[in-house]
Amino acid sequence: MDAGHTITFAVIASHFLVGISRAMILFVVSSGLSFVLGVLRVPNVAHGSLYMLGAFVAHTIATYFGGGSVAFWFALIASPFVVALIGLVAERALFCHLYEREHLMLLLFTFALMLIFGDLVKIFWGADYRSLMAPDLLRGAVTIFSSPIPRYNLFLLIAGPIIAVALYLFSNNTLIGKIARAAAVDREMVGAIGINVSWVFAFAFVLGCFLAGLGGALVSPTVSVTLGMDHDIIIETFLIVTIGGLGNMWGAMVGSLIFGITQSFGVLFLPQFAIVFPYIAVVLVLMWRPRGILKSVW
Amino acid sequence: MATVDEKRKRILGYAAVVLFLLFLPILVPRFYIYILTVIFVTSILAMSLNLVAGHGGLFQFHHGVFYGIGAYTAALILAKTSLPPLVGFIAGPIAAAAAGLIIGLFCVRLSRLYFGMLQISLGSLVWAITFRWYDFTGGDDGIHGIPIPALLSSINRSYYFILTILVIVMILLYLILKSPFGGILQAIRDNPDRCAAVGINVRRHQLVAIVIATFFAGVAGVMFVVVEGTVFPDLMFWVLSLEIFIMCLLGGWFTFSGPILGAAIIVSLRTFAGVYTEYWTLILGIILILLIFFLPEGVMGFITEKMKGKEPEALRSTEKEVDQ
Repeated sequence: MDAGHTITFAVIASHFLVGISRAMILFVVSSGLSFVLGVLRVPNVAHGSLYMLGAFVAHTIATYFGGGSVAFWFALIASPFVVALIGLVAERALFCHLYEREHLMLLLFTFALMLIFGDLVKIFWGADYRSLMAPDLLRGAVTIFSSPIPRYNLFLLIAGPIIAVALYLFSNNTLIGKIARAAAVDREMVGAIGINVSWVFAFAFVLGCFLAGLGGALVSPTVSVTLGMDHDIIIETFLIVTIGGLGNMWGAMVGSLIFGITQSFGVLFLPQFAIVFPYIAVVLVLMWRPRGILKSVW
Repeated sequence: MATVDEKRKRILGYAAVVLFLLFLPILVPRFYIYILTVIFVTSILAMSLNLVAGHGGLFQFHHGVFYGIGAYTAALILAKTSLPPLVGFIAGPIAAAAAGLIIGLFCVRLSRLYFGMLQISLGSLVWAITFRWYDFTGGDDGIHGIPIPALLSSINRSYYFILTILVIVMILLYLILKSPFGGILQAIRDNPDRCAAVGINVRRHQLVAIVIATFFAGVAGVMFVVVEGTVFPDLMFWVLSLEIFIMCLLGGWFTFSGPILGAAIIVSLRTFAGVYTEYWTLILGIILILLIFFLPEGVMGFITEKMKGKEPEALRSTEKEVDQ
């Protein structure tokens, strides 16, 4: 067990890198949540379910196309779109009629969605554990700082920042991105200049779903895809978004890094209570900066 | 304006319900008595949350932790020490209230959503420790086969015991809400800034409300142990906390007895749908969505509106005509 081996620089470095790579997945999921929170002001409890859905859909697509490398890449790209489509249907059919209602009713609605998605996944996929093989290119490990790092984690380390920059460019340089950001700050003003706020909301919600699905697809080769993975992620992403600054995309990145790194060092130093460390970090951050580290749009 | 007559009517109504519940064990099978007992326990929990959430306006997002602390304290004392059971029964709520005081002290410094999030992280901390500390709390297995005192061991006896506790809790909560303290609490909910301006110590009132609410959550936790004879870390998991919150919302959280109704709806849905299908959460989700769309005021709001009849509406419309 871990208790026996000495903590060398190499061990610390490898835990650090694995922690950051896990943080990248947390970032993808929590940036979606942050986007929905920022624009719609709704704590979307169903976000974790969409993440789980993303993982299951990715698994199904990859197995359907034979499970090879090409199938994996296709699943990685297609699964977020499937999840986004499901999000769009739920939003246009039901959610959009509730925007005028009391805020907590929206929370209640997303809770209902969480219950429904959870059971639908159980109906379609059952309660088995599944695992998805990473493509040949990303299997195995490479040695960095004289310690082995799984190639897939390296891939995540590269993919995370790319997604972050893409999101940043998207929300700053495209019209719809700018409108969504404006709606996050002052939705009434956006409505007043003749923009259909309902569709802006739909867009934000669907983008949130897309990111949740992408996170689920990205995580699927590193964990066992199973029921209950929604419950684990949702509370983590909520806390990440809060400590980072509600609605702030870079805040989601900062929060994810704090969460991922404290978790992996927890595994290193006190494996039995590893899950405790991120929560302690969150408490400390909120005591230090009650409104999150970066500026919140709220 | 609640006239004396109306008040008397309401008290009579509650008394009739309690009387009915007293005779119920003679009439219906044990299974239903068990369900009702679970509803009573959950009602205590939901009402305790509603004191801070509905009447206090606080985002008490992780109330389940205090329920769990009450349950675990009682369970540990009953199962692992030779102290008299009464000690466990009293220590449970006190431990929950102590935890409420500590967590509350941190949380009241923040407002609204941040309050809720800090509470979730502090609560999750408690949950994570309980979940992993195998030597002390039994870890994810929990503690099973907790010896319940013989006086409460049959379901009918625990039914009467918990019904009594529920009635006592309801009376206490009612008195608290009608007291000056309750008035200030609701005023703080409606306008904290103005309350602070007239010299009310907002945070202290909120903290006291949290301690009271967590104490009653601890009572509910002890009652859970009495009914089930077991504890497990899921009692402190955030899903349960969310569920209690939903019960208050569903029942109507500006009403006094709404949470009871919410608790009854969720518990019976889970039980009865669970008998027929494995997928009861799907059914619960669909019913929730229907309720959101068709009963926006919560179930209790709907019922009170129906009971009042068309009279107030007619009055309102004549007033409008006069205005014009």
